[in-house]
Amino acid sequence: MIWSWNYTFEALPIIAKASIVTIEATLLSFVIALVLGLVLAILRMSGPTVGWVTSAFVEFIRSTPALIQIFFLFFVLPKAGIVLDAFTAGIIALSVHYACYCSEVYRAGLEAVPRGQWEACTALNLSSWNTFKNIILPQAIPPIVPALGNYLVALFKETPLLSAIAVLEMVQAAKSLGTENFRYTEPMTIVGVIFLVISLVSAAGIRWLEQRLNRRSVR
Amino acid sequence: MNATTEHPMVRFEGVTKRYGALTVLDDLNLEIKRGEKVAIIGPSGSGKTTVLRMLMTLERIDGGVIWVDGEPMTHMQKNGGMVPAEAKHLRRVRSKIGMVFQHFNLFPHMTALGNCMEAPMTVLGLPRREAEERAADLLNLVGLGEKKGHYPAQLSGGQQQRVAIARALAMRPKVMLFDEVTSALDPELCGEVLQVIRKLGSEHDLTMLMVTHQMGFAKEFADRVCFFYQGKICEQGVPKELFVAPKNERTQQFLRAVLEAV
Repeated sequence: MIWSWNYTFEALPIIAKASIVTIEATLLSFVIALVLGLVLAILRMSGPTVGWVTSAFVEFIRSTPALIQIFFLFFVLPKAGIVLDAFTAGIIALSVHYACYCSEVYRAGLEAVPRGQWEACTALNLSSWNTFKNIILPQAIPPIVPALGNYLVALFKETPLLSAIAVLEMVQAAKSLGTENFRYTEPMTIVGVIFLVISLVSAAGIRWLEQRLNRRSVR
Repeated sequence: MNATTEHPMVRFEGVTKRYGALTVLDDLNLEIKRGEKVAIIGPSGSGKTTVLRMLMTLERIDGGVIWVDGEPMTHMQKNGGMVPAEAKHLRRVRSKIGMVFQHFNLFPHMTALGNCMEAPMTVLGLPRREAEERAADLLNLVGLGEKKGHYPAQLSGGQQQRVAIARALAMRPKVMLFDEVTSALDPELCGEVLQVIRKLGSEHDLTMLMVTHQMGFAKEFADRVCFFYQGKICEQGVPKELFVAPKNERTQQFLRAVLEAV
């Protein structure tokens, strides 16, 4: 028998528990990525020197593998006296990595707001903060929700990278089960199915949000 | 009467604007009295829109000084000399000026009422109720009281432009700038916008500066018409004289071309 249901039911609760870590890591990283990404996008648009430095940083992060960044934070930084626990290091690496991708998306969204909107704000004497918060962002965000949503799903599917530094997320849990019992089929299948289900549900959620936002802006 | 009536409302003093090697405005000197309605006409590329954009601080100037209501706007007086204005100074002086754009530039995610309330609330700090009252009054003034809950996308071009006028007025500016406000409109929608501007001219002690291609409207509405050509005021005067008996050859050519096109 290739498939053991007994083993499946034994593994399921352990993996389900680990899935909470996966979801936590995803949501935490994504929220940080969303905020940091916006900050990076604004920095890139604010002045030549700051813009150049930010661009260089974003290019650097985007052009190196997330796994290397995770290893770097976890194994190399301690040599400089900065010791992070595995979960923290993983979250920082993933969120910075995705913040760089998100910053590109934000930039596209911000640049798509017509110049006339900025000019109207100047003519009405709005402060830069209110211009950005009340006028520009609300127009820049709805069109980029799908793109940001794609990164949420992509980030979710990249959390197994954290198993490389022994964060006990789903894949790490499945690996442990596999080595203990010499059977990988069931735990890895369960992990795959959970990823599939959550990805599909998230994608549907993003589509729903997108439609809602569209309806609101067309109204 | 008092000091404010003596100085011009707006004064361009030797103002120059360049884009790279191209000089858009060359040593412009222009004074506009309080309450005066000035129309700016001229061929495209003559720098007429730039005049309004500089006054609204949407463009930096490369030389000269712009005065608003008796004080320098582009500069600050410091230790007897003039230094370029800081952002804070610009913001304060700019509050006396309102602008209406060719493409309306309404905020698409806000209703007509919301468009007119945003700046009074966030800039002037009006309480919501007061801002709403003011916005509703102004939308009534431009004949759109019943459309206040509509979003820009639900309004015609003429209606959008009238909301834009109400939005600018909500800040109680002393000077209103109209930048080709009917150029993006279908011909049959121009009338309702010009009607509103006419009404403002008679009801308010507003100084108005408009760039326009509507020669008929300029002739009837403006106290003075300035003809711009290649970054300079080529000829100016009361509409009757300038339109009926232009002295300058360029003005004659321009007016002939425009009138033939109609």
